[in-house]
Amino acid sequence: MSGLVGAPVDRVDGRLKVTGAAKYSAEIALPGLVYGVMVLSTTASGTSQVDADAARRAPGVIAVMTPQNAPRVDSGGNGAGDRTLMVLQDEVVRYDRQPVAVVVADTFERATDAAAMVRVRYAAAPAVTRFDAAAEYKPASGGRDVDKHKGDAAAALAQAAVKVDGTYIVPVEHHNPMEPHATVAQWDGDQLTVYESTQGVINARRTLAQTFGIPTASVRVVSKFIGGGFGGKGSVWPHAVLAAMAAKLVNRPVKIVLSRPQMFGSVGFRPQTVQRVALGAGSDGRLSAIIHETSAQTSVFDEFMAGTGAISAVLYGTPNLTITHRLRRLNTSTPTFMRAPGEACGSFALESAMDELAYATGIDPVELRLRNDTQVDADGKPFSSRALREALRQGAERFGWSRRDPRPRSMRDGRLLVGMGVAAASYPTHRSAASALVRVNADGTALVQSSGVDIGTGAYTVFTQIAAEQLGLPVEQVRIELGDSAFPAAPNAGGSQLTASAGSAIKLAALDARAKLLALARGDASALIGGAAAIAALMRTGGVETIEGRSDAKPGDDAQKYAMHSFGAQFAEVRVDPDLGTVRVVRFVNAFGAGRILNEKTARSQYIGGAVWGIGMALLEHTRYDERSGRIMTANLAEYLVPVNADVPAIEPIIIPEDDPHVNEIGVKGIGEIGIVGAAAAIANAVYHATGKRVRDLPITPEKLLA
Amino acid sequence: MNAFRYAQARDAASAMAALAADPRARYIAGGTNVVDLMKEGVERPSLLVDITQLPLRGIDRTATGVRVGALALMSDVADHPAIARDYPVVAQALLASASPQLRNMATIGGNLMQRTRCAYFRDVSQHCNKRAPGTGCAAISGVNRRHAVVGGSEQCICTHASDLAVALLSVDAIVHVRGRAGERTVPLERFHVLPGSTPQRETVLEHGDLITAVELPASAAARNSYYLKVRDRASYEFALVSVAAALNVAGGRIRAARVALGGVAPTPWRAHAAEAALLGRPATGGTFAAAAEAATRGMKGYGQNDFKIVLVRRAVNRALQHVGAIA
Ligand SMILES: Cc1cc2nc3c(=O)[nH]c(=O)nc-3n(C[C@H](O)[C@H](O)[C@H](O)COP(=O)(O)OP(=O)(O)OC[C@H]3O[C@@H](n4cnc5c(N)ncnc54)[C@H](O)[C@@H]3O)c2cc1C
Repeated sequence: MSGLVGAPVDRVDGRLKVTGAAKYSAEIALPGLVYGVMVLSTTASGTSQVDADAARRAPGVIAVMTPQNAPRVDSGGNGAGDRTLMVLQDEVVRYDRQPVAVVVADTFERATDAAAMVRVRYAAAPAVTRFDAAAEYKPASGGRDVDKHKGDAAAALAQAAVKVDGTYIVPVEHHNPMEPHATVAQWDGDQLTVYESTQGVINARRTLAQTFGIPTASVRVVSKFIGGGFGGKGSVWPHAVLAAMAAKLVNRPVKIVLSRPQMFGSVGFRPQTVQRVALGAGSDGRLSAIIHETSAQTSVFDEFMAGTGAISAVLYGTPNLTITHRLRRLNTSTPTFMRAPGEACGSFALESAMDELAYATGIDPVELRLRNDTQVDADGKPFSSRALREALRQGAERFGWSRRDPRPRSMRDGRLLVGMGVAAASYPTHRSAASALVRVNADGTALVQSSGVDIGTGAYTVFTQIAAEQLGLPVEQVRIELGDSAFPAAPNAGGSQLTASAGSAIKLAALDARAKLLALARGDASALIGGAAAIAALMRTGGVETIEGRSDAKPGDDAQKYAMHSFGAQFAEVRVDPDLGTVRVVRFVNAFGAGRILNEKTARSQYIGGAVWGIGMALLEHTRYDERSGRIMTANLAEYLVPVNADVPAIEPIIIPEDDPHVNEIGVKGIGEIGIVGAAAAIANAVYHATGKRVRDLPITPEKLLA
Repeated sequence: MNAFRYAQARDAASAMAALAADPRARYIAGGTNVVDLMKEGVERPSLLVDITQLPLRGIDRTATGVRVGALALMSDVADHPAIARDYPVVAQALLASASPQLRNMATIGGNLMQRTRCAYFRDVSQHCNKRAPGTGCAAISGVNRRHAVVGGSEQCICTHASDLAVALLSVDAIVHVRGRAGERTVPLERFHVLPGSTPQRETVLEHGDLITAVELPASAAARNSYYLKVRDRASYEFALVSVAAALNVAGGRIRAARVALGGVAPTPWRAHAAEAALLGRPATGGTFAAAAEAATRGMKGYGQNDFKIVLVRRAVNRALQHVGAIA
């Protein structure tokens, strides 16, 4: 079935999902299962004293786990997405909505009821709740990404013919995937099985093994279906450890499912960033200096740094560059990866600044970006492939950029102001080691196994396509199993790397199986033509029951030689009501060159989803804290706004074909994250074009346009 | 969520008797507000008396207008041709409320009785005089972007969340209530009460009083009415500011005017000063601008919500231009 890869194949798990047959972690039923409900702190700093007497006496309650009776675990993180976790090891409260107790009961309702009976008193301690009040420091983690210097950016900026210099703010945002986090944990002696809504079962297995001090081989993590992760499910969070601790305590399987308000608790968020971006250029618009300084928040007990400024080393050429990252410790939970951590925020600052430079130089914003295109990154490495130019060109064409009158407030639709904005995008191509198994059965059908998790993006489908194509089978004759740590190892579905990593491994495993089939056919490739029937006949003649193809795929040397990134361009059109300050996005075109596209349908979904989130980031999303207490006051979907259908216009993704022989065996670069990169900047730039108001702090809500 | 009892009432008398017997009992209609609050631990009724089987669903024309039963669904009222024609502001306000699913459950009586969305009120760990009298109002110097700029007190600056009530205010709606002493009527303007020093008290209803209907008097102004709702996103959000405007213009002069505001006060807010600035004047842009300015008189922000004052002025102006047919 050559030509399968790339085809807009329907999701192979689509029927399971729409019929409800796909079981998510919260739906796992085990004999003897009991239900845990967490009690969360209501203050950001202090010492908790838990009175659980009433809860313990409540009907159906099996146990109330508090720091007093909680099993001891190793809750310190060990890098690689591991977090230090607040899991009832002491009474100290370090952030709002930190777990202070877990009630376990025979039903979810009774556990919920009893949890409401737990009384917690706090001895308050000072809390750092204001970004501005926290001292800045240079992070220990982050390695060589923390600071980057090339030439003398400050001096070049001082001498530049044209300069722009601004501060850009992106507030705290929470992931809010449709499916809340959920864990079912079961012990069988020293063997731990965890059904967990996670983006990576291998990573989760390692973390849980270390937390409980047991061998990795004693832990199995299963994550079959995920209703969205977006980075928030890339780490093991307190509820998962607490479920396993509680299961130990009550000696029964325990389920913990987070409520929506609890989704604002301990499961990570996009940290607030305050970025200074200064650009120096000649009057021809060519950049002579980029300064990109980021200050971001982390928690008082752990460190998370996103490479917010990294995009400034990739998007444009400049002889002088300074990128710095600093952190501040606040009494919040620990921030984490959220769709394009780093790039999503960094691009808002850089690409807003580029728009400002376009106005300062009088050069068209698309043209300005084309002029600053580069063939090497800031370290002088050539790009393995780079579609920025093509994305800008094709995007502008489809969008109708030439119809734009660049003067602010010059375009109208009745009483509404019309704005058109552009931004560029890039996201690095990551890849990690991965293994896979492709087994050919006696009936000629095949089974693919990988521990990689389909977080809703379509991995089940594209992996099936890859294996089917190599074996010459139709998609229906290939069965696929993912999301079980018992299967061959794969990295997290994060950093847009799962397809590149596990997809390559599956291709190699399929090739291995194919080679064995060919050997069976004594090299006669025609014997493999004819789908499962032909293969079954071949195996029958050869007298073999099954054939196993295996692989251990890892990044090659090219990663050292080349800078590998996806590139793209975002175009947004807005209508702004000049009296009321309301902004609606009415059209969105985005174009991406992201290597080979394995399935046009699922790829377009990723690009559309990125734009939708870009609308949320630009106009709506904002976690608000009460700065007196550190309490989150927007912990629900009525106060934390995300776009609804009426906010989302037609979004037209353009796929730029790209054939990159360097990235990996299957030529893919990753498409999950780049869709949001630059999206908010394109909208903010469109708002500027419409109104003449440059909003540098997101979201762009009516009050910022009323003045 | 607290344990509670549930009973279905067969008639109004037994529903009222059930409440009379238990000071912690509550009616439940569509349940879209009261159940929410029970889950948050804000409301802890001992007994829910389901009134949805009472015969109060009718939407009927009367000699003087339309009478809407208290249990009529938001969706049915919005879709009713007499409402759409004679009270467009009401239909528009309903269609701009919540979501289709909610409107298919929620009732008119429940909508008038819904409680504030103030995040401090809904979070039992926080200070709130309305939920826990005497604890203080955390919103006054807290996260108050959605809070009141008029009508509040040092005890409470919440906003009333209903769109419908704002629209009804602009058409002089009258609430029919059945209480211990029998039926009585209350003009909607006097139905909700300002917080003052008793923010826990939100309406003139006594425990056990049952709303039976809302009466909408017909008028030329009501026929020429409009609802403008300003919010961050295009749908499914409570108002930052809303305006219900009803205008009767004859011979170029304004013969009757109603301007009501939502999202600005602890009750649906009638902008009397704006109405006074309209009455008897020519229906011109200048008149509307002056009325819009008057609508903001006495308004005061608390930081994050300062912008609402400007927004009120702009939104009132816009709504008046719409009903004044000059835009
Ligand atoms: C997500 C969401 C979004 C929303 N958005 C909007 C919006 O944009 N605009 C808007 O206006 N509203 C909005 N609402 C609120 C919604 O309109 C109300 O919840 C609904 O109208 C309440 O009606 P109900 O019948 O469900 O009331 P219930 O929840 O059943 O009752 C609410 C209260 O009214 C009392 N009650 C009910 N009927 C009577 C009666 N006949 N006599 C005396 N007391 C009675 C009950 O005892 C209870 O205290 C939203 C609600 C939700 C959940």
